[in-house]
Amino acid sequence: MNEKTKLGLIVGAFLAAYYVPWDHPLVRQSGLEAFMMLQEYARDHVITCLIPAFFIAGAICVFVSQASVLKYFGPQAKKILSYSVASVSGSILAVCSCTVLPLFAGIYMRGGGIGPASAFLYSGPAINVLAIVMTAKILGWKLGLARAIGAILFAFVVGIIMALLFRKDEQERSTGGLFLPDSEKDNRGILKNGIYMLNLVLILIFAAFARPQDPSSVIWNALFSVKWYVTMVLLITLGLILKSWFRLEELRTWVEATWGFMKQILPLLGAGVLTAGFMLGRPGHHALIPEQYIQGLLGGNSLGANLFASVAGALMYFATLTEVPILQGLMGAGMGNGPALALLLAGPALSLPNMIVIAKVVGIKKALAFTVIIVILSTIAGMIYGTINP
Amino acid sequence: MDVKVLGPGCPKCNQTEKVLLEAIQEMGLDLSVEKVKDIKEIASYGVFGTPAVVINGEVKSVGKVPTKDEAKSWLQKAR
Repeated sequence: MNEKTKLGLIVGAFLAAYYVPWDHPLVRQSGLEAFMMLQEYARDHVITCLIPAFFIAGAICVFVSQASVLKYFGPQAKKILSYSVASVSGSILAVCSCTVLPLFAGIYMRGGGIGPASAFLYSGPAINVLAIVMTAKILGWKLGLARAIGAILFAFVVGIIMALLFRKDEQERSTGGLFLPDSEKDNRGILKNGIYMLNLVLILIFAAFARPQDPSSVIWNALFSVKWYVTMVLLITLGLILKSWFRLEELRTWVEATWGFMKQILPLLGAGVLTAGFMLGRPGHHALIPEQYIQGLLGGNSLGANLFASVAGALMYFATLTEVPILQGLMGAGMGNGPALALLLAGPALSLPNMIVIAKVVGIKKALAFTVIIVILSTIAGMIYGTINP
Repeated sequence: MDVKVLGPGCPKCNQTEKVLLEAIQEMGLDLSVEKVKDIKEIASYGVFGTPAVVINGEVKSVGKVPTKDEAKSWLQKAR
């Protein structure tokens, strides 16, 4: 943050403190909603969902070899393979590098070219583990699943369309060595690492297991009633795994990586929840922005609503994970399921500041094509999802 | 000697810079660390992942914050 932004923020906060009519009933109601929503997140989502998810993200960064994934983006890798890897590897790589943009630029300029690079650029922010887990937990598993599938499919399609559109003017790329992240030497092998990861994921699933909505489904209710016992057993297993398979040094890096994520994401998420609560309120409660506006613009499943959601998502900047509370507020205020998915698919991958950086690397034409393709695809996906799941 | 940290300016890049500066100070060297924030320039080094450390044009680490001991051994070799 440079000094000018700091000054801007302070002036902004001062003007808000000076001019906002804080005792107006609507503003008071909105302020209350902001903190009620923060409390809902603190009570329902932080301990059982976010914290396990942070530990998983940390584990992915430290124990999954990034080099083994990245080699599929090299210039010699088979094309079909690099698209496939690009469309799913976002879940692994995007959480580890500090942003996906340098990785994208590297793949474009030194590696497989515009196709795999765009596939990766799209999938990275859209399907990282944290984002999918939060979407499924807070907005429902259907939307979480639709988001994951949509993002993987889109990455593939976007990459291939970009490669076809620009097959003629693939510029001369600079040659030279590729430098992949160093992979830590580990003495456990895939099986033990796999069991460890699976254990972490199961802890997340059981701890976050919600009360089944249908009281007649015997299996889900039985699972729900024993969830804390299962979680305890899993935690004890985890303790044994950590004690017998891991060196102290490795555990320290794991905790450090996890802590890094928390530091980076929690403040932003908290601010996002407060803003969403202030503007939109919890579902069923109204706040600053009247619900009829939201319903008029984003309700139902019309082409207009889906297109508006896609374009808005493409232009807006969402800090990591803040798309979730914002969408929760919007849906509570009457946004349809289709437009919600459209916003999720177009939102995190694109933003105005992001586009400017992309345009600097690949040129305005390609950046524009990338954006337009994603907006169109998101709109279509929203319409389909809204029709299946009104 | 020419020491660079490649990264668009995220917490991890700042941490990497800090580790390098500490290592330099503890070794009593008179060096500054250059931060490369431009995405295109970062990509021109061929690094897949940030933060990355480049010493005398040679890529030393990619995609992680190095430990102080690692940093010291690189600086020692480049001296």
